[in-house]
Amino acid sequence: MRPADTLRFARDAAAGYPVRTALSVLAMSIGVAAVVILTALGDGARRYVVGQFSSLGTNLVIVLPGRSGTGGFNPANTITSTPRDLTIDDAASLRRLPSVRRVAPLAVGTSEIAHGGKLREAMVAGSTAEFLPIRNFELAQGNALPDEDWNRGSSVAIIGAKLRQEIFGTDPAVGQLVRVGDRRLRVIGVLKPLGQGLGMNTDELVIVPVSLAQAMFNSNTLFRILVEANSREAIPAARTQSLELLKQRHRGEEDVTVITQDAVLATFDKLLGALTLGVAGIAAISLAVAGILVMNVMLVAVTQRTGEIGLLKALGASAETIRLAFLAEAAMLSGIGALLGYLLGQLGAFALRLAFPVFPAYPPSWAVIAGLSTALATGLLFGVMPARQAARLDPVLALMKH
Amino acid sequence: MALIELSGIERRFLLGDTTVNALSGLDLQVDAGQYVAVMGPSGSGKSTLLNLLGLLDRPNAGSYRLEGRDVTTLSPEEQAAVRSRRIGFVFQSFHLVPRLTAAENIALPMMLAGIAPTERKQRVAQALADFGLDKRADHKPDQLSGGQRQRVAIARATIMQPALILADEPTGNLDRHTGDEVVHLLEALNGNGVTLIVVTHDPALGARAGRQLVMEDGQLKHDSAHAPG
Ligand SMILES: Nc1ncnc2c1ncn2[C@@H]1O[C@H](COP(=O)(O)OP(=O)(O)OP(=O)(O)O)[C@@H](O)[C@H]1O
Ligand SMILES: [Mg+2]
Repeated sequence: MRPADTLRFARDAAAGYPVRTALSVLAMSIGVAAVVILTALGDGARRYVVGQFSSLGTNLVIVLPGRSGTGGFNPANTITSTPRDLTIDDAASLRRLPSVRRVAPLAVGTSEIAHGGKLREAMVAGSTAEFLPIRNFELAQGNALPDEDWNRGSSVAIIGAKLRQEIFGTDPAVGQLVRVGDRRLRVIGVLKPLGQGLGMNTDELVIVPVSLAQAMFNSNTLFRILVEANSREAIPAARTQSLELLKQRHRGEEDVTVITQDAVLATFDKLLGALTLGVAGIAAISLAVAGILVMNVMLVAVTQRTGEIGLLKALGASAETIRLAFLAEAAMLSGIGALLGYLLGQLGAFALRLAFPVFPAYPPSWAVIAGLSTALATGLLFGVMPARQAARLDPVLALMKH
Repeated sequence: MALIELSGIERRFLLGDTTVNALSGLDLQVDAGQYVAVMGPSGSGKSTLLNLLGLLDRPNAGSYRLEGRDVTTLSPEEQAAVRSRRIGFVFQSFHLVPRLTAAENIALPMMLAGIAPTERKQRVAQALADFGLDKRADHKPDQLSGGQRQRVAIARATIMQPALILADEPTGNLDRHTGDEVVHLLEALNGNGVTLIVVTHDPALGARAGRQLVMEDGQLKHDSAHAPG
């Protein structure tokens, strides 16, 4: 039999029994749709978290004061119980490293901000001019912090969008004086609204020069040093060089911790990737169930069409021809089911994205390919047994079943 | 040369503990172009004989030569090829595929044999005309009368231009009149040189054949070709 004829024959046979055909197509499509939607959810979660982390800044290496993690026993640590301060000069020294593009020291605390009788609590971040570009923050109005000696902070501040709204209302903020703690600072810029992200809420942030912040909070140590590496490839070098340099500056004591955003990200990436895989595996079980259903439907078809199979043999069909015809029918049922399921799944993912716009619920292409090919493979695999059964029928006995 | 040569054919069926000798010690020669009627009581082995001749079944012993070739030793695939090219079946209950139209049912053997669609169309059109089915081409079997169904079945049996047509009680489900029509069609085919073997319970129909075989208990009881006198 010609391949085109085999397909047409299988199609007509499937169309001849609409209920059982619809049923197995439905089962297969539900299985595939489940894979598509569930992996879209899982991968959406992964992308969401990765996206949030990436918004912290690109190629970021972060230096924390104090030693943490599993560095093993270090005799130097036993001598001084309190770690050395992480100072502004430490941060400034990192700028000389070849693998480093930009550095921003960061000191944080909370204080109150007041203007024209309005007063509220706010998070204060002390940093330098390069803080904004490193963190990917943008200004809505005004200017960045002045590029000045890091140890000599001007009395200026940049405020978040929500603070501006609450304190100044519709009045212009840039150029106005505000009181932060016991200091009078001039507002030189306003941040663009960003909303809630991982980390701090920039809409309610006050950014001041780092030395000013240290003076306000009466502390000599930094909260963090943000180091931006030259490139993604330079991140490991920036990490080791920073660690080495700070160790030197701290008289050989490794009393800081350097983490890379990549490491944190990779952990989350792995975790959520595994979750997606697990979810896909569970959904794949429904595919196997659908495959078994297709097998049963095809077994019923063989029983129902025993007389027809006997006739085909009498008319000169070889066992191979009959096997192929039934296999083609099984493949068709699962193929159409898979395609339908794919469309259903994409529709579901689309609905998810409409309902939760922040959530990038796109099914990953590996899941789509795996889902579709599993559907086809199970359909064929479970189609083999009924097809062989049909091909093996004794024509005389089969003809008597008409 | 004989078209069919059977010698020492045995066909046994196991029914529980007992063996049924459906055919035993059967020798038979049929020449090309003959018209043979097979008669005998129910259970005498007529259908079993026809199934063997049609390569739907294999004997337990004995040899079957079709057109000079021993066909009992062929593989199932080779036997299917012989069925496809050399043998046409006509059944008592028509055996049409219900979801296919008359034209598609007639084309079925050609489709299974892998003949190109254009040639199929041409030959089906010719067959529809030959068997007076022009206006029924797109009808499904359940939209056809019994006589029309059997005509479709005969058209299907002849579409591959076989050397041998095997008909098992072809008029068994038809009334007298349409039954006669069908018989005339088959006889016309025989007139064109096709060997025709018909199983029948109808003595009048049997008498029309050039040669009568009567079976009993799996054996040939009477063969008009070797009849005394
Ligand atoms: N598949 C089978 N299994 C067991 N016994 C069978 C089988 N096929 C035929 N027989 C037996 O073989 C014998 C011959 O059967 P067959 O069908 O050839 O008879 P028949 O002459 O065609 O009868 P009828 O005129 O009723 O159609 C019967 O006794 C029947 O019961
Ligand atoms: Mg019979």
